Amino acid sequence: MTSATRATPPLDRQTLTEGLWKENPVFVMMLGLCPALAVSNTAANALAMGLASTFVLLGSSLLISLLRNFIPKQVRIASYIIIIATFVTAVDYIIHALSLELYNALGAFIQLIVVNCAILGRAEAYASKHPVRHSLVNGFGMGAGFTLALVMVGAVREVLGFGSLFGVSLFGDQFQPWAVFILPPGGFFVLSLWLVLFALVAKRRAVKEVRHGT
Amino acid sequence: MNQSAPSAEMAAPLMPSPFRLVLTLGLIAMLSGFIIVLVHQVTAEPIARNHRRALEAAIFTVLPGAETRVSFALDGETLQRLDEADIENTELFAGFDGDGQLVGVALQAAARGYAGEIRVLYGFDPAAQAIIGFTVLQSSETPGLGDKIESDPAFLANFEQLEARLDPATGDIANPIVTVKEGEKENPWEIDGISGATVSSEAVGRALRVGTAEWVPRVMRNVEALRSAKTGEGPS
Repeated sequence: MTSATRATPPLDRQTLTEGLWKENPVFVMMLGLCPALAVSNTAANALAMGLASTFVLLGSSLLISLLRNFIPKQVRIASYIIIIATFVTAVDYIIHALSLELYNALGAFIQLIVVNCAILGRAEAYASKHPVRHSLVNGFGMGAGFTLALVMVGAVREVLGFGSLFGVSLFGDQFQPWAVFILPPGGFFVLSLWLVLFALVAKRRAVKEVRHGT
Repeated sequence: MNQSAPSAEMAAPLMPSPFRLVLTLGLIAMLSGFIIVLVHQVTAEPIARNHRRALEAAIFTVLPGAETRVSFALDGETLQRLDEADIENTELFAGFDGDGQLVGVALQAAARGYAGEIRVLYGFDPAAQAIIGFTVLQSSETPGLGDKIESDPAFLANFEQLEARLDPATGDIANPIVTVKEGEKENPWEIDGISGATVSSEAVGRALRVGTAEWVPRVMRNVEALRSAKTGEGPS
C-alpha cells in the first residue's frame, strides 16, 4: 500500500483509499450490486468474485489509461466495453483452470463482470483521464473496496445461512441454517443491515462533532 | 492530475473521420483477440485436466468398491474398448473391484432442470439390474433448494438401489424410473422426490429414465464383453 503511494508526489493516499471507504463501490456508490448480491452467499465465493473483479479493474484501467489519448471520444464507451470484456474472458478462463468447483459456484456471474458498472465507471471517470500509475493505484483501491464489501456481506450470509465461515463449521450439528440468507433476498437483507450500521455510526459521529463544536 | 483534460475538451468539437473511428475499434478488437487467444492457449490444458479429474473422481463415487476402470464407446450396437486416457470420447466406464470382478458401469445422463441443464453420472450394476450410485456432474439449480439434489442424504439414498430392470419379453426397461412426491415411494423404480425442489428432482428422474431406456439394453447385450474386459484384453 505505502510503497505505491510514495512512488510519485502527486499520487497521494487519497487515490488509493477513496475506493476502499469514502467512495466504496458497493456501500457508498451502490455500483455493481448484481454480482455483489448474487455471489456473496459464502465468504469464499465473495472473495473470489472480488478478486476477479479487481483483476478486471486493474487490467482495464491499465489498458484504457495507456490508450486514453488514442481513443476518440465518440467510440470510447465501445472501446472500454471491448477492453473490459477481454479481461473478463481472461479471468473466466483463469478461474476455470484454477478450480472447477469455484467456477461452478460463480457460474454466469463471472461473465457478468462485463456489465459491472463499477468497472465501466472507473474507466470513464478515472482511467480515461489519468496517467497509468494513478489509474492502477485507483483501480486497485476500488477493487479492494469492492472485495472488502463483498466479503463483509458474504461472511454474514455464510454464518447465518450455512453456520460456517470460509467453509469452517462454527456451530455444532444442531445448527439450523437460515436458508433465506444464502438465497438472493438474503443479500439485500445483509447489505441493508450493513448500511444501517454505517448510517448509525455516521450519525453518532456527526452528533459528537456538533457537540465538540459548540 | 488533469493535464489530459484540456486536450479532450479541444478534440470534442471537431469530429474525427469515420475511418479513424473504425481503425480505433478495429485495433482494439485485434488487441483484445490477441489477449484472449493467449490466455486460452495457456489455460486450455489445465481446464481439460480439471474436467477429466472431476469425471474420474465421479466414476468411483457412483461405483462403490470399484478400483480400476475401462473405457468404452459405442460402435454401431457393440461396445468398443477405448484407450484409458481417451476420456473425451468415452461413453461408458466399466468399473472393476480388486479381484477383477465387474462392479458396474458408469454412464452420463442429462435433463433440463429449473435453471439450465443438469448433467449426472450414475452407476448401473448389470447383475442386479439396478442403479447403485449417483452424482451430479454439473447443475446450476437454486442454492438451498434445487441444489439439494447434490447433497440431500434422503434423496441420494434413492440411488443406492434403484431398479432399472429389463423386461425379457420386450427387451426394454420393465418399469421406467419416475420421481414421486416426497414420502410416496412405493416401488423400487421410484425416486422419492424433494419437496421444495420438485422441478430439480423430477429432472433427475427424467435424465435417468431417458438414460437407462437408451443404455441399459445395450449394456445387457454386451454384458459378457464388459465382464471379461479386465482379464481378456479387449475381446469385443
